[in-house]
Amino acid sequence: MTTQTVSAPRAGRRSIRERWNNLSRPVQWAILVPLVVLIYFLPVLNPPLIATTGTDFPNAMFDVARYALVAIGLNVVVGQAGLLDLGYVGFFAVGAYVAALFTSPNSSLHHLPYLWTLPLAMVITMIFGIVLGTPTLRLRGDYLAIVTLGFGEIIRLVADNVGPLRGQSGFQGVGTSAAGVPFFANATQWYWLTITIIIAVLLLVGNLERSRVGRAWVSIREDEDVAEIMGVPVFKFKIWAFVIGAAIGGLSGALYAGKLGFVNNQSFDVITSMLFLAAVVLGGAGNKVGVLLGAIVVAYLPLRFVQLADYNYLIFGIALIILMIFRPQGLLGARQRLLARGRQAYHRLLGRGEQISGDSALAADTQGGRR
Amino acid sequence: MTPFLAQTGSWISFDVHGLAQQFWNNTVDGLALGGIYALVALGYTLVYGVLKLINFAHSEVFVVGAFATWLTFYALGFRSGTTPVLSVAEIILFLAVACLAAMAASGGTAVLLERVAYRPLRKRNAPRLVFLITAIGASFAIQQGLRLVFGLNQQPQIRLLQPETLFRVFGASVTNIHVILFVAAILLWFVADYFVNRTRLGRGIRAVAQDPDTATLMGVNKERVIVITFLVGGLLAGAAALFYMMRIPQGAIYNGGFLLGIKAFTAAVLGGIGNLRGALLGGFVLGLVENYGQSLFGGEWKDIVAFVVLIVVLMFRPTGILGESLGKARV
Repeated sequence: MTTQTVSAPRAGRRSIRERWNNLSRPVQWAILVPLVVLIYFLPVLNPPLIATTGTDFPNAMFDVARYALVAIGLNVVVGQAGLLDLGYVGFFAVGAYVAALFTSPNSSLHHLPYLWTLPLAMVITMIFGIVLGTPTLRLRGDYLAIVTLGFGEIIRLVADNVGPLRGQSGFQGVGTSAAGVPFFANATQWYWLTITIIIAVLLLVGNLERSRVGRAWVSIREDEDVAEIMGVPVFKFKIWAFVIGAAIGGLSGALYAGKLGFVNNQSFDVITSMLFLAAVVLGGAGNKVGVLLGAIVVAYLPLRFVQLADYNYLIFGIALIILMIFRPQGLLGARQRLLARGRQAYHRLLGRGEQISGDSALAADTQGGRR
Repeated sequence: MTPFLAQTGSWISFDVHGLAQQFWNNTVDGLALGGIYALVALGYTLVYGVLKLINFAHSEVFVVGAFATWLTFYALGFRSGTTPVLSVAEIILFLAVACLAAMAASGGTAVLLERVAYRPLRKRNAPRLVFLITAIGASFAIQQGLRLVFGLNQQPQIRLLQPETLFRVFGASVTNIHVILFVAAILLWFVADYFVNRTRLGRGIRAVAQDPDTATLMGVNKERVIVITFLVGGLLAGAAALFYMMRIPQGAIYNGGFLLGIKAFTAAVLGGIGNLRGALLGGFVLGLVENYGQSLFGGEWKDIVAFVVLIVVLMFRPTGILGESLGKARV
């Protein structure tokens, strides 16, 4: 087992996170509330430098918000529990299809009001999460990665080939009421709904992370065997992470379907799955603020620089490599707040940083890819 | 739910009769296809065995080989539409030239990839997940680079030799291309196996796969072994690209490697990743299963069958069918 020392933060230069944590609650609120208000009004303000030129700005903002929600969900699976999921787009697709099947006039299923399909999409993706997770979560690491990739592809191919899911012709009028009226008139309102949901999900997931469940996830991520030996029901909490991640993915898919008003088999390929994962790892897996940042980068940059459309993904690919080389831990590295106290103790007792396990998928490893 | 299902009858139909009728045809074709999977899978397996890294960009290494094959054919004066009349010696010569070109292009790409994308990460002790993201980034970059150079459409097909039935097995026609694919896959696998298990460099690869630190202490140059591993994987992918282009002449397209890459990786995992014999077995199993599934459920379910088989196998044998790693393979 290889270990690596986390560099000690020097006394004079404290990290932004530490400074933030040392602020009192009212001060934190005083900063957060105006920030959230600003985020809400971004599409209305249409700020000159940020505004996209090629695409409609509120539309672009909705896309960013959608990616952010997906990243939060995938972060639970990859960042918190350390389960490498390459097929996350499958859950996103399930959510989108639930919304489509229950609201589109192309579907012969019972017509539901759009808002009802959001919780329904979550419930159904949760069931999918259990169904997919139960047989596969006994696998580890790369085997789990390839199996989840397989599941993502299976869901896409089913959407391609099963008659009632309408393949390429897809579902029109998703999110409309029975009378054919769209749920929201414009993209800004969809953006507001998504931001509101993001805030709610952030609060819920944050609570979960600070609970017994969150500690179990971190222990599994850091060292599964040790967690098992210490009495953590590893399998149960892996399923937990998978199911919660799935529900958030499904919710995001349902929002996407409602906003777009159209669902077919085209937008659920593995590339999309990779982009989701890239958002999480780019921002810093395990760090909620980080993954939000990553999602913004992944979703926003290609939309902002559409004049480079031809070179978009070429640049994106090269940028991914360069970013990962210079910041392997992501834009904002992941350290758990609940480990902060342990870190302080280490500093006081040993005068140096703690040791983290080299076996964890997220831990730095002196041999690069070696186990 | 009844009206929903009543719309189309059943979701999946079984065609047992078709399977029985097509059985030997599928077997022959599956073995030929499996040979290609196996060759690409060897690249995944070698790199995984040594670095524990899913080299996601390996599929792009393969595509570069496919384009190199096409360009070589084009440069040799062949054009799409007509199949030239050539003597056997000429065909062998031209195929050898194309094979060398494809192997050089793919091998070069693989080594370059290692230099640019993976080595800096190894120097910085990056977490394993980061290697995967870099691989995805590299895969994007190569794919889009090819798109900018060659455009969105597939290249017009160029055939060096027309498929001809050589002989029949239980009524299934075996074409010259089937034979070449199958024989070449087995032959190249033997070369790779000999290289890894019998030569000095191969011993170095196995040593690094088993324990990099100890191998370094024993005088193995780890960095060189890693480059060689990538090179061998790239060379095999290049050869696979040539054979693939013989079977599917329109195969040179910028995103053509993606599905094949996933399939080849599936084959590697199926047999037991990090295991050369596993790659060969997994490739053939996948090729056969896919073709049988295609007859049983219909062509559009072909890809699903491959993934379902993967999941079922992994559920019962979590490390693949053979399941031993490169480092622990018998000498």
